[in-house]
Amino acid sequence: MMASDKKVRILFAKPGLDGHDVGAKVVVRSLMEAGFDVIYTGLRKTPEEIVRRARAERVDVLGLSILSGSHIPICRRVKTLLQEQELEDILWLVGGNIPDQDHEELKKLGVDGVFSVGTPLQSIIDFIRARVQSGALHYYDGRAS
Amino acid sequence: MKPPEGTGVQAVRNESGLEIKPVYTATDVESSGGWGGIGAPGEFPFTRGIHQDMYRKRPWTMRQYAGFGRPEETNERFRYLVAHGQTGLNVAFDLPTQVGLDSDDPAAQGEVGRVGMAVDTLRDFEIAFAGIDLNEITVSLTINGSAAILMAMYFAMAAKRGYAIGQLRGTAQNDILKEFIGRGTWIFPVEPSIKLVGDTILYCAEKAPLYSPVSVCGYHIRESGADPVQEMAYAFCIAKAYIDHVLGRGLHIDDFASRLSFNFDIHGNLFEQVAKFRAGRRLWAKIVKDQYHPQDPRSMWLRMIAGGGGGGLTIEQPENNIVRSAYYALISALSGTQTMALCCYDEAYTIPSERAARIALRTMQILIEEMGLCDTVDPLAGSYYVETLTNQMEQRICAVMSELEAQGGIVSAIAAGRIQDVVSRQAFERQRKLESGEIRKVGVNCYRMEEEERPPVEFHPFKEEVCAEQIERLNRIRSERDNAKVAGALQTVRADAKAGRNVMPSIIAAVEAYATVGELTQCLVEEYGRYEEPTRF
Repeated sequence: MMASDKKVRILFAKPGLDGHDVGAKVVVRSLMEAGFDVIYTGLRKTPEEIVRRARAERVDVLGLSILSGSHIPICRRVKTLLQEQELEDILWLVGGNIPDQDHEELKKLGVDGVFSVGTPLQSIIDFIRARVQSGALHYYDGRAS
Repeated sequence: MKPPEGTGVQAVRNESGLEIKPVYTATDVESSGGWGGIGAPGEFPFTRGIHQDMYRKRPWTMRQYAGFGRPEETNERFRYLVAHGQTGLNVAFDLPTQVGLDSDDPAAQGEVGRVGMAVDTLRDFEIAFAGIDLNEITVSLTINGSAAILMAMYFAMAAKRGYAIGQLRGTAQNDILKEFIGRGTWIFPVEPSIKLVGDTILYCAEKAPLYSPVSVCGYHIRESGADPVQEMAYAFCIAKAYIDHVLGRGLHIDDFASRLSFNFDIHGNLFEQVAKFRAGRRLWAKIVKDQYHPQDPRSMWLRMIAGGGGGGLTIEQPENNIVRSAYYALISALSGTQTMALCCYDEAYTIPSERAARIALRTMQILIEEMGLCDTVDPLAGSYYVETLTNQMEQRICAVMSELEAQGGIVSAIAAGRIQDVVSRQAFERQRKLESGEIRKVGVNCYRMEEEERPPVEFHPFKEEVCAEQIERLNRIRSERDNAKVAGALQTVRADAKAGRNVMPSIIAAVEAYATVGELTQCLVEEYGRYEEPTRF
């Protein structure tokens, strides 16, 4: 089986207290239509809940949608938890209302892709597919939990 | 789509699905339902406006949404807006306050004072409204999940400053049902959430009859993906759910209906929006008249705040948003709104700067002072196109309501996540059409520039120290207040919630003793439980 034929598992989460989920749901739907296996957490999940779920569901990609401006403190916490859970290889994406000047800091925290408001849906899909095709995606689905 | 017969032009449909003809005549008005429903302003069915003289008597209230940081920073912005001619306030609260958490709650970390003003106790309200005459400037509280607590704080603050609650005007958003569809600041499950809204309506009907306890929001439902017809239809179904609830608890329709208000969204086709509001005003009057039999004509009024429209603004070429907002304001004025608020051009990036907030305010002032929008009532009345569209929109809104009611009503549809599913599907479709260019959006999928300019946006400075200072004040109040009195007051709230009594009086007593938002929410959660979100795809 080609690596690209393998179903990529994605956990898509809304961390923090922000309740604006229009964009998150649009992205979830588009990833599903693109053939990915997507789990959506719903609103107001703590970093702890999200990382625990990522581990339990053995997902390959973690997507966070944040519009409240609290992306830096949230991602700091998520980074620590990903390290603790030995999930640093996960493909970690962050989207939402992320000012340009914060992209660098998020990347330093280990975020692989930042998708600000205005990103075409196809770019997110293409980004994940490119990682799959280049063999850079670390699959978690085969490993023991 | 097939071109209309006998014409050489492409077919056009508006967002609500109505086919638009190249030319309208009197025949179209007649065949769509006639001229009979237009009436006179200030008279049933209020198509042309709820007041006889509308803006000739008083222009719409200008009420920009504002709030950030601690109450001190917010008070400063309030004073700035009032000094520049704003006639009402619209308070933005931070997310911890909106979901019932104190500033020192671990879940509030990173969110204190970020998207709105932080509130823990009555002290914060005292600071936020210092120097603002509550009779001159009416205050709207954009609060939902924790609305009963924040309304209690507002009443307690006003009473402490010597205002008679019976004379106090103002509005709370307090529309929890739409929070389950969009915006997402729910706390309790659906049924007790409705009961809490009912408590505030009952309390206001008795003690604060001039205060508007609920502003039913089509706005956020539209922002979540609903079309203009669904926006009105779902909002009316939600308003009816609150009305039915409080009638069941013994109120008469005239005890409260004149204080119900609505909040609607404006973006998209100008004529469709104007027709939406004229149709909505007429249909709401008919619904209240036929289904609830009021004696007081004011019970049939569709009073509204209309503006926005965040969903129409773009992150690309942000200065274009100044132009869009000006058109939205024009639509709002042509539609006979009572209150207007505009999203600022920089809102896709940041908390609005003073400059952006001032431009939005000036946009409304230019309409009032220079454009003749206040000279005559409902100036588009009698237009073949607008009247035809008004008739057609009314029929569509009515049809969507009937369909939803036949399926068991809006409350069960929301609890099961069905409305959420419908609108989020539509949001996805809309996004797809935007990306394919089927829906044209200037600066987004057409008229892009080779080198997009860096946006001239001034980012709102978020001060990390705000959180520490807010927590310090909270701790000081916790140590200075009479904690035995607080514990007793909280016990009464719990007992009232358990017994199904109206919790407003005991919440007011508790906030007067400086009980916190988090403590009160916790009491209510113990009795009511927490909402479990259905996440279906």
